[in-house]
Amino acid sequence: MLKTFVITTALALTMSASAYAQTPRQGGTIRFTAPYGSSFANLDIHTSNRAQDEIWAKAIHRALYNWDSKANKPVLELAKEVTVSSDGLVHTFKLRDDAYFHHGRKMTADDVIWSFTRLMDGAKAYPGARYVRIIKGAVEVEKGQAKEISGLKKIDDFTIEMTLTEKVDPGFNFYQSMTSIYPADEASKDTFLTKPIGLGPFKFVEYVPGSRLVAQRWEKFYLPGKPHADRVSISIMGEASARDVAFRNKEVDASILGPTQYVAYKADPELSKGLLEVAEVYTRNMGMNPNFKPFSDKRVRQAINYAIDADLIIKRLVKDKAYRATSWLPTSSPAYDKDMKPYPYDPEKAKQLLAEAGYAEGFEFEWTATSNESWGIPIVEAVIPMLEKVGIKVKIKPVEGTVLSELTSKGDYQAYIWSNTSGPDPLTALKCFHSATPQSACNYTQFKNAEFDKLLDEAAASDDQTKRLENLKKANAILREEAPMWWFNYNKAVMAYQPWIKGLQPNATELAIQNYEDIWVEASSPAAK
Amino acid sequence: MLSFIVRRLLQTLPIILAVAALIFLMFSVIPGTFASSMSDDGRSVLDAEVMARMNKEFGLEDPVYVRFGKYIAQLATFDLGTSFRSRQPVADVIAERLWPTAQLALASMLFAIAVGVPLGFIAALRPGSWIDTFSMVGAVSGLSLPKFWLGLMLMYLFALVLGWLPSFGYGGGSLRYLILPSIALGVAPLALLARTTRAAVLEIMNADFVRTARSKGMSESKVVRWHLTRNALVIILTTIGLQFGTVIGQAVVIEKLFSWPGLGSLLVDSVTLRDIPVVQGSILVIVLLFLLINMLVDVLCAIIDPRIKYT
Repeated sequence: MLKTFVITTALALTMSASAYAQTPRQGGTIRFTAPYGSSFANLDIHTSNRAQDEIWAKAIHRALYNWDSKANKPVLELAKEVTVSSDGLVHTFKLRDDAYFHHGRKMTADDVIWSFTRLMDGAKAYPGARYVRIIKGAVEVEKGQAKEISGLKKIDDFTIEMTLTEKVDPGFNFYQSMTSIYPADEASKDTFLTKPIGLGPFKFVEYVPGSRLVAQRWEKFYLPGKPHADRVSISIMGEASARDVAFRNKEVDASILGPTQYVAYKADPELSKGLLEVAEVYTRNMGMNPNFKPFSDKRVRQAINYAIDADLIIKRLVKDKAYRATSWLPTSSPAYDKDMKPYPYDPEKAKQLLAEAGYAEGFEFEWTATSNESWGIPIVEAVIPMLEKVGIKVKIKPVEGTVLSELTSKGDYQAYIWSNTSGPDPLTALKCFHSATPQSACNYTQFKNAEFDKLLDEAAASDDQTKRLENLKKANAILREEAPMWWFNYNKAVMAYQPWIKGLQPNATELAIQNYEDIWVEASSPAAK
Repeated sequence: MLSFIVRRLLQTLPIILAVAALIFLMFSVIPGTFASSMSDDGRSVLDAEVMARMNKEFGLEDPVYVRFGKYIAQLATFDLGTSFRSRQPVADVIAERLWPTAQLALASMLFAIAVGVPLGFIAALRPGSWIDTFSMVGAVSGLSLPKFWLGLMLMYLFALVLGWLPSFGYGGGSLRYLILPSIALGVAPLALLARTTRAAVLEIMNADFVRTARSKGMSESKVVRWHLTRNALVIILTTIGLQFGTVIGQAVVIEKLFSWPGLGSLLVDSVTLRDIPVVQGSILVIVLLFLLINMLVDVLCAIIDPRIKYT
């Protein structure tokens, strides 16, 4: 009897302790890192599309939608519900009536309209204009032909009617911070550039350019009980080795890892316990220019895919911090075909295809690449001997990222290697290969295929989600077959985190971008108070 | 003296103009624009319309000579332009980064002078001794150590192993945060100062006036104080002046490593992102600082050694 009582009590205590451990703790500081450079652009997130800037913006700002990492899709954030018209073009948003800006004023429909109109200011070049352009009348504002976006109507203070030009899920357009909702009254002042005011879970406190940004809990944040932490401190740390020391020294709570560190952390019995891995929506690829004669032949492009042992490079050079690519859409995409197989390593097949295409003796091409360790010159150098085996010679053209982006959008290359976003919306991602998409947008390889276009157009027009995904899968399969690129890998993003940090989200769009309100700090953190 | 300073200040004008022209031309020739830099991470594609508008907004569509003319006209009114990236006046952007860099440069030079000069003196006064050999081997090592590696080693030792100091950050410029980056940056000038001081003192020790002073019975401490130190100081000061400029230029690596919010890291980021007004402004400020420090050194040298004329 006594024995039973003791066991039962011990069990109950253990269960209650375990439940307690899972209860988010309030207070403390989240000490995050921004790893993509040595500064933020500025404190006006409308002006930046870079992941580095979205890292701080997620603390202070909010957009109409937000990315739900667990559901892997955009969800309503500043609106409570949305109703869609039968033709799929008119979306009526019921906005939150409990969202307060950090200066204490409640958000209304006017702020949403003002923010979207600002983004379409033709005199300024806001990157978010790309996304707002799907609203009817937005282009007219951009061109200076209208002052107001005709497709945005205020029904009442908390209701907005948004008419789109095409049938798309606006969630994919309005979840990123570059479309954040600003307070119309404050954002027009000059001080807004140095003291941003938003609707996010944390209120701006301090920014030391090139060093760190600090924000404190916003008491009137609309999600009950959130944020859990009192403060968030984001340190700008572009150097991976410095981040490594700071992480091991428990000065930061999370750190994005590169391939070298990934190996070291995986091998460490303690550090390996705190690794968050996610298949991000980035496809590493070698784009081939169809205007360069050999690459105009599909057989040559396929031969390149057969000639390279991508698995070996991923294992040895990328240290398994990647997933083998089969085509454009990554594994986290809803339209990813799990049954699709990558091109096998088959140099003999490659030689045969080259011979059939009239290149039995091979050829030489110039490969434009940056110094990036995961998708740059180190990878090209590993590929060179593999291509030489089938008679193809490579000349490397080293460039910076800025130059690479310019050359690819102008078509001024023979081949390039890059890492491009291939999600989260499969339709948008595949549209980069639609013949109507210009090279300067994202159709870098000037891909043209009538069947592919048809599948995409049908998917865009379809209301049937299953049919839509089927079409996208088929289109992705055409890409694999046509091989405008060498399909290298999909990025496996890895974040190391301290044992006291909880609530991190496996964000496939960019792991470094987190909803800080969901994160909490256990009492064992050096910054728990 | 005043006319010397005015003349030196006037001499800096053509240098500033030449530097301004050189930077402008360099960035007109190299490929890549601020707009193209916004897609360099492959994450978010910037469409052609926005890119074109961005280039227009920043005046990048104008012919080179028009842009150069506008730039020089701006400079003449002490206007460094507006940052493409932060959309704030370049002068404001630089101003908030200048003090952290100055702090770092001053602290590292102070460290270099405090250790390097006495070390050089001691080595010269006891040539061939163990301290001479030790300090010169140390000086050569200090000169050849890569700053990035040294910074990392300091981080590992003093932050991770010993836990005495923070491994990164600015901390409002407090001493705790300043120590590691300034040592990492100060080791190379320390080594150079030690070597220069040693060589200068050794040379002066064999000079006729020192021999005469000794033969007249002047005590060794007086010889060191009156003749060696005073004469060596001119060479040491000149080296310090030159090293000050070098330290400001080399702060880039250390600032990036330690997340120090200085001018160096701003410059590197601005070059990468083609924020040309900030690049131009930062380089001009660095050049101006270098020229001013060296002018100050010239004035000090002339005060210390009256044989130097203000010409």
